Amino acid sequence: MTREDIKTLILEIIQDIDDEADFDNLDPGKPLRDQLDLDSMDFLDIVMELRKRHQLQIPEADYPHLATLNSCVDYLEPLLKDA
Amino acid sequence: MPVPFSHVSDAYDVIVIGSGLGGLTSANRLAYCGHKVLLLEYHHKLGGLAAWFKRRGHIFDVSLHGFPFGMVKTCKKYWNREIMNSIVQLKKIVFDNPQFSLQTTFDRQDFTAILNERFRIPQQTIDRFFETVSSMNFYDDRTMTTRELFEQFFPGRTDVHRLLMEPITYANGSTLDDPAITYGIVFSNFMNRGVFTFEGGTDRLIGLMTAELEKNGVTICTRSKVEHIIVEKGRVRGVEVNGRTIAARAVVSNSGITNTIDNLTDHKAFSESFLEKASAIRVNNSSCQVYIGIEKGQHIPDIGDLLFTSTAPEFDSQELLDLHTRSKTFSLYYPKTRPGHNRYTIVASMNSRYEDWKNLTDEQYAGEKRQLIERTISDLDRYLPGVKAKIDWIEAATPRTFNHYTLHTSGTSFGTKFEGLDISRSIFKEVGGLFHVGSVGIIMSGWLGAINYGVIVANDADGYLRSLNG
Repeated sequence: MTREDIKTLILEIIQDIDDEADFDNLDPGKPLRDQLDLDSMDFLDIVMELRKRHQLQIPEADYPHLATLNSCVDYLEPLLKDA
Repeated sequence: MPVPFSHVSDAYDVIVIGSGLGGLTSANRLAYCGHKVLLLEYHHKLGGLAAWFKRRGHIFDVSLHGFPFGMVKTCKKYWNREIMNSIVQLKKIVFDNPQFSLQTTFDRQDFTAILNERFRIPQQTIDRFFETVSSMNFYDDRTMTTRELFEQFFPGRTDVHRLLMEPITYANGSTLDDPAITYGIVFSNFMNRGVFTFEGGTDRLIGLMTAELEKNGVTICTRSKVEHIIVEKGRVRGVEVNGRTIAARAVVSNSGITNTIDNLTDHKAFSESFLEKASAIRVNNSSCQVYIGIEKGQHIPDIGDLLFTSTAPEFDSQELLDLHTRSKTFSLYYPKTRPGHNRYTIVASMNSRYEDWKNLTDEQYAGEKRQLIERTISDLDRYLPGVKAKIDWIEAATPRTFNHYTLHTSGTSFGTKFEGLDISRSIFKEVGGLFHVGSVGIIMSGWLGAINYGVIVANDADGYLRSLNG
């Protein structure tokens, strides 16, 4: 997957979690939590969805890497390079 | 509909033991993740403590008293839109005790106004208090108690302590001596938007959940009491139930955490240090309830949806647990609860200790139950004068009743104290493939807590099952 693909994947998953999520003014360098009103359960949903779709096992210790859109992409890029 | 036990296959990916809201939700999530799921329930109905029963045309709800707004999002994500769309607000929450009588929507805005105008608390203190409790996380410092939290913000103000604490004590069984975070997290959830309920009642909710589970391919079997969880070489292999062995690569126990460790699993499966920690788990208190049915054709005026009443001079966690407590909540179910079913029912709830009831002789037990009913009617008469003449059904449940139907240790109606959370969260590190979901740690209790915890545990179990696939 390219960085752009991964970005699309994450936003698609968030859209499934919250169909009213508004990405127009999303700053990829700032925490998703604050901008999209996501709570810890929503992040768990992202983890579960990545496992379901791409067999990715993300350990709890790595959850902080999912904080911003950019950090998600940085973290997932090597893991999804063959996807 | 649940299937007959003879239709159950010999092997599943995962078996869920118990169908409380946590077990139902774990089963649904695991099916969504693509696993073959068997749900086993010992009772003939699903729902665990999310229970209801019928008497003379009345339907009584055991634990539908009000949950936070977060339930809307949770039901949408983990169940379906029909369930989400049935969630409605309870707008009239009433307090009546010797220190104050008031009505509120039980949200931050209204509570701020009440604390400021009526209790004369400075705005700045109120804001700081709300900021403190709403930023609490379960991994925060747990040395501070709720009593210390209240004393820090509202020193000596026992009236304010009562306003803040009484509803939460009924919601999750916590006391002033439990960690402040167990209070803050639950209180903030309610303060977000107020108190909500499920239109159609518990029976409709569990019916909709059952339909969703079946749609997602979960095999459901009631009247199936699991006798044993089979563990071999440090891993779960299945369960023994109704004289059969059913194989599974993972088991999610929605039986109580203490039941799971002490009654369902061989102690040899656990390390000594784990067992030592588990033996220190304190279960929360149990409850007494009185179920009141108003005769068909009769009606009662709107006196509020939830009434927190007491004639005790001040709030006292011990007084609330006393066999003869003077504090109780009334949950009122008007015809709006079950549109089309034109009935009024009232459920009085009290916190109670199993120890106070377990050793009574049959005669003493019957006598205490009778007195409990009489006290409840006379308390209710203060709000509904002459109500006794309209009642055509009344009965009481005690900690013994809760123990009988749920098999919970000491009939606990709120799971365990805080330490239960760590044990529940780490049991799969002891036995590969063994997970626990249920009311633990005070915060993972209540309808919303139970459902969200079901999702958290399903995530653990899914991760484990997928790791086995390589």
